[in-house]
Amino acid sequence: MGWVEGRFEENFITTTLEQAINWARESSMWPMTFGLACCAIEMMATGASRYDMDRFGAGAFRATPRQADLMIVAGTVNYKMASRVRRLYNQMPDPKFVIAMGACTCGGGPYYKYGYNVVKGVDLVVPVDVYVPGCPPRPEALLEGLMRIQDKVKGMRYLTKNQPIEVPIPARTGYVQLPPELDDPNPLKAMEKQLAFAKKTKEEAAPSKA
Amino acid sequence: MNAPDIAASLEAQFGPRIKSKKLDAIDPFVVVDPADLVEVCRFLRDDPRLQFDLLNCISGVDYLELDPKKAPKAGYEPHLEVVYHLSSFPHKHRFVVKLILPRWKENKAGDMPVVPSVTSQWAAADWHEREVYDLSGVWFDGHPDLRRILLSEDWAGHPLRKDYEFPLEYHGIRGR
Repeated sequence: MGWVEGRFEENFITTTLEQAINWARESSMWPMTFGLACCAIEMMATGASRYDMDRFGAGAFRATPRQADLMIVAGTVNYKMASRVRRLYNQMPDPKFVIAMGACTCGGGPYYKYGYNVVKGVDLVVPVDVYVPGCPPRPEALLEGLMRIQDKVKGMRYLTKNQPIEVPIPARTGYVQLPPELDDPNPLKAMEKQLAFAKKTKEEAAPSKA
Repeated sequence: MNAPDIAASLEAQFGPRIKSKKLDAIDPFVVVDPADLVEVCRFLRDDPRLQFDLLNCISGVDYLELDPKKAPKAGYEPHLEVVYHLSSFPHKHRFVVKLILPRWKENKAGDMPVVPSVTSQWAAADWHEREVYDLSGVWFDGHPDLRRILLSEDWAGHPLRKDYEFPLEYHGIRGR
């Protein structure tokens, strides 16, 4: 802290207000008690004594979104649940953070192709800060995700003036846009075109006998 | 009682109204007409030799081969089956009753085939029938509260039908 450092008596620390707030905030992330499927078991293990999330200040699982600032979406989100997830997210006070825990919340996971009822990634519903892949992720992985959230909190510049406006976390929305030469109103024809295109590129990429 | 005896007592009671039977299957079953279902179920439940007091589950099975090349070899015409698994606690025996239905009522796509509800015989049928209605699209006539049980109320279609098409989006959330 430059010239003020070490000029006062012992046990007197100087810092900026922002750093102090960020330090307090990152050291007491309160997650929401919110388990949707099997990943919740691993989240509970992370909170329990062996892995002990409380070492990092995030062990106080709150039973209400209004007291929480970290949402760990642990488990498969289906369409019926998606509106509830969104509402819980909206009920959390700012600043709020979201960890997408597990393959299902990262992008549909094993339900990507044939899960008629599963949201293909919770980032289609709420903005996600940290993705923790795995099926389910190990508790260590979730702790790592938590630390990345803490890094993010540490970097927050809420009080500093003239900071660039933070770009919202990129969320995948809308349909997949296909180039016009591969798209067709008839989905079967479109699929044929895409297959032909994929085959052609694969043949072109194949090593030729010289 | 073993399966042949159960089938024999059913045939003695109903005669030709038991359409067919298969007793060498792992779960021996008889096939009845939907119109006779409630009567057969009442007999199975109330007859002192049978006493099927537990309805284990109701399943909807969609027999449809989507691939036109494989369809002639599939060994069945496209149809829908509703399967009732029954057990008896007093006699410790089990039996299966099947219904064979058209995939759509009078081949009009979207019109669900109609089956009489057996909630009057077994209260457990309530949620089982709601689930079959929800996922397989079978209408249970006489059910007290037939609405979707697993999917949300405004869902379109019945996902466990083989020709079900996945939604492209649901309330603004991209589907595929």
